[in-house]
Amino acid sequence: MRNTSATQLLFELSQPGRRGALLPQCDVPVQALASLLPAGAISEQPPQIPELGEPDVVRHFTNLSTLNMSVDTHFYPLGSCTMKYNPKRNEREASLPGLLNLHPYQREETIQGLLALLHELQDMLAEISGLPAVSLQPAAGAHGEWTALMVAAAYFRDRQEKRTKVLAPDSAHGTNPASARMAGFDAVSVKSRANGYVDLDDLRSKLDDQTAVFMITNPSTLGIFDEQIAEISEMVHAAGGLIYLDGANMNAILGVTRPGDFGADMMHFNPHKTFSGPHGGGGPGAGPICVTETLGVFLPTPVVVRNGEQYALEGNRPKSIGRVRSFFGNVGVLVRTYCYLRTHGADGLRRVSENAVLNANYLLSQVKHFLPSPQGERCLHEFVASAADIKKERGVSAMDIAKRLLDYGYHAPTVYFPQTVPEAMMIEPTETESKDTLDAFAATLFKITGEADDLLHDAPHSTRISRPNEVQAARKPVLKWSPAASDA
Amino acid sequence: MKPEELLYAPTHEWVFLSDGPDGKIATLGVSAFAVEQLSDLVFIDLPEVGQTLKAGASFGEIESVKSVSDLYTPVAGEVLEVNSGLADALDTINDDPHGAGWLIKIKVSDDAGLANLLDFAAYQKQCQEAQ
Amino acid sequence: MPYILNTPDEQRAMLEAIGVSSLDDLFTSIPSALRLDRPLEMGPALTEMELSRHMAELAARNQPAGEKVCFLGGGSYDHFIPAVVDAIASRGEYYTSYTPYQPEVSQGNLQAMFEYQTLICQLTAMEVSNASLYDGGSATAEAVLMAMSVTKRSGKVLVLDSVHPEYRQVLETYLENLDTELVTVASANGGDVKNTAVENIAAEIDSNTACVVVQSPNFFGCLEDVEALAGAAHEKGALLVMVFDPISLGLLKRPGEMDVDIVVAEGQSLGSPMSFGGPYLGIMACRERFVRRLPGRIAGETVDRRGRRCWVLTLQTREQHIRRDKATSNICTNQGLFALRATIYLAAMGPQGLRETSELCLQKAHYAAAELTKSDRFTLAFEQPFFKEFVVRDRAGDVEGLMKRACGEGLLAGVPLGRWYDDLSDCFLVTVTEKRTRAEIDRLVRSLSGVSEQSAVPV
Repeated sequence: MRNTSATQLLFELSQPGRRGALLPQCDVPVQALASLLPAGAISEQPPQIPELGEPDVVRHFTNLSTLNMSVDTHFYPLGSCTMKYNPKRNEREASLPGLLNLHPYQREETIQGLLALLHELQDMLAEISGLPAVSLQPAAGAHGEWTALMVAAAYFRDRQEKRTKVLAPDSAHGTNPASARMAGFDAVSVKSRANGYVDLDDLRSKLDDQTAVFMITNPSTLGIFDEQIAEISEMVHAAGGLIYLDGANMNAILGVTRPGDFGADMMHFNPHKTFSGPHGGGGPGAGPICVTETLGVFLPTPVVVRNGEQYALEGNRPKSIGRVRSFFGNVGVLVRTYCYLRTHGADGLRRVSENAVLNANYLLSQVKHFLPSPQGERCLHEFVASAADIKKERGVSAMDIAKRLLDYGYHAPTVYFPQTVPEAMMIEPTETESKDTLDAFAATLFKITGEADDLLHDAPHSTRISRPNEVQAARKPVLKWSPAASDA
Repeated sequence: MKPEELLYAPTHEWVFLSDGPDGKIATLGVSAFAVEQLSDLVFIDLPEVGQTLKAGASFGEIESVKSVSDLYTPVAGEVLEVNSGLADALDTINDDPHGAGWLIKIKVSDDAGLANLLDFAAYQKQCQEAQ
Repeated sequence: MPYILNTPDEQRAMLEAIGVSSLDDLFTSIPSALRLDRPLEMGPALTEMELSRHMAELAARNQPAGEKVCFLGGGSYDHFIPAVVDAIASRGEYYTSYTPYQPEVSQGNLQAMFEYQTLICQLTAMEVSNASLYDGGSATAEAVLMAMSVTKRSGKVLVLDSVHPEYRQVLETYLENLDTELVTVASANGGDVKNTAVENIAAEIDSNTACVVVQSPNFFGCLEDVEALAGAAHEKGALLVMVFDPISLGLLKRPGEMDVDIVVAEGQSLGSPMSFGGPYLGIMACRERFVRRLPGRIAGETVDRRGRRCWVLTLQTREQHIRRDKATSNICTNQGLFALRATIYLAAMGPQGLRETSELCLQKAHYAAAELTKSDRFTLAFEQPFFKEFVVRDRAGDVEGLMKRACGEGLLAGVPLGRWYDDLSDCFLVTVTEKRTRAEIDRLVRSLSGVSEQSAVPV
């Protein structure tokens, strides 16, 4: 039953004269185009997009969908991405016409329900983070990082301090240094030790009165909590800098510890990770940020405020950094976040983290015998296994193992990240997988490490395509379909 | 050119010095070792003829599918010639990094940076240690 | 908890295998002084039935388009969404999948991205498109950063004041710490004109100006003289960045035919709900020679080891996960699902459907404008040709009163402009999409003109 018919592109399916959508007759008096628009402004022909019927469209995209792995169909132990189950109820609630069909410029008295929801969401995120001031505006995690760095820049400007550097560990996600640069700072890399902790000596040597922010991912991408965090926070604050917490790994610590309580001044959430918002094949996400009271005045506008029984959008904040995107934010994602948080409550969120950590530690206990983990016996929500030994002995790489997993119906772990671990495979099972699934996955991994080298080098074998030629794709980029290429 | 006749920067560029009509000319390329490490190259960004380069500054970039490396010049001077055919024939760099795969030629205005370069033996030692 | 599968027995077995005696023991790496010693303060957990009731109550306190007739626009539009868009985009294989970093098991998403890029190029007549950015506002800012990178000029950026005010605010934030001067050029050429002031712009462009940003149809719905602006920019080595309305391109001349360098748009019109402003879709396309400066993900065609055509994410060295602080942008997660919606929408509409949608917008907007201005109370603020939006001036100067009354009569009548433009405090923006019927337009006209039943305002 494996689908084999979805190879043609929309453009190759097009038939001249075929139509999908039909539109109503114009019910107002029709005027000649030439009387409404200058001749030079009109295009004689509409764009030459494909001509298809509705059944063409449905079959094409439905067939295409079967070529994807997804959380609904497969286990995704994809480190740092928190590929947990995406609740169906959240989809339904977010599709209520009373939420979905609101225009961003509607009068406030017509959106009180939504504003109440967003206000309560601000409060819940403040409580979970331990940081009282919240902006729901950023569109994704990286956007949230950059927004927070802009907030930091405004804070220092307000204090008439000129600080030019943003520090981040070498194990940090690439968005950290990229966001620092976009916010006008120089990105400075701080070494991390083999166990994933920040190298305090290196941090100390780079901290000075030019340091604006130290960005830290804690729990880190190695799935460990840096116990030095209190000391780090003291050092950075003593130098007059701020601590930014990359919240990518919040799934490990919900209700257990709070960034605001361990020294963070600013952080972002990834609702599409921690709070089960679907990843959508690469978005949309959202990147709400939480900051200290002091920094709150610099947050982007608008924010939702409550005046008695009424909710309002407050835009007039003189010290605000301004807008970071158009309209309010990725409201559809935020509504799903709200549903997720209300479904769990305080106790439920804590259990999410407990089970995420339980699952990761259990899986670690099942694979560490054949795939060593540089971080030791324990982890939080994820761990990094290294294929360095196998690579050295047999030339089989982390990539080979990852690709072979696809044959067995598992999505690959994150490979080659963090870059500080050779042949890294970052594995995050999440709390929504069962012991059975983890056992089967561990057994499969073990089986793969015993398979023939060539079988692994050439994997995957059973997927729709084998490994693509990425060199060709990058050398001679073909980024759109063209009729000539198709004829050739 | 024979690898033994070249000088090497710790950042893996090689330099060959020759005499031009008015002063020294430095030919720059990427060492065979570095090319092998980068594996399959996909893109190269080189300066334009006439551009003035500072010693120690980046003059371009070389990319594989999943990495980018800056190219640095140890000497200062004006770009005399660029191996412009490379853009469409990146394999040349893989096939003959010390010859047909040269990158640029510079009319040297300041060669103080040459003092920091390694000879072939010293460079080989550096590469062995890196592995 | 509804989404946790481990039973108490399984938890015990797992703890034993790990070698600890309790769940708490798994958190010993977190110093006890830093742990939260109380439960989080939040509302109680809700079952699905309770959540459903609660959400219905919240939704009932809103008055969405559909319940009210929507004439609001300004970057978010009540266009029709064919059922196929929702039916396909709500498939779990799409919306619960991850970014296609493993191409062997992501060909569905990758092929759809490639189709999206092609459709955007066909729509705009531009050479290359990325696979999406967040929204129209941040896409505009990213286009400016890209123009600075392409031209190696970072001293100055020019933007017309007829570009969406929120996009300009976003741009201002993005440039705040980059030592780049953002100059807003009045597009008013005196009196009743609100469009291209080519001479004003040309005079401002200098040798360190990266680009000029224009929107057409602009925020007021009017067409700008894009070609003249492109000429003025190019004459001095600057680029022209154009913000466009995707629906208008069923009818209007395409940016690629007007010598535009980088185009951006809000893609919400292409099959996405208004959703109070997001998630939407930032569209961006440009000239081929700028492709290595383009931010965001891009899908490319290649072959697999057996020579079969397939697709991968390509040119990744531009991106933050490789180039880190030197990346073209910090963007990582983009708007994949909404790019998919736009792809399905365009496939469902086809060229003729898109053309007819544009024409319906144009005709109905002009009918509404003509009917409204039959009242002595209203004039059109600007004389320029417009597409689906137009600015109405209220001679009585009571925009707030008009909007409030119309709202009471079931109409989301327009967007007051005073909050962005001091000189337009007596004006509002009216948008008419293909969904609006003559009867609805007539209702709007009656309400605003004060001839509806509850009318009290003399004209």
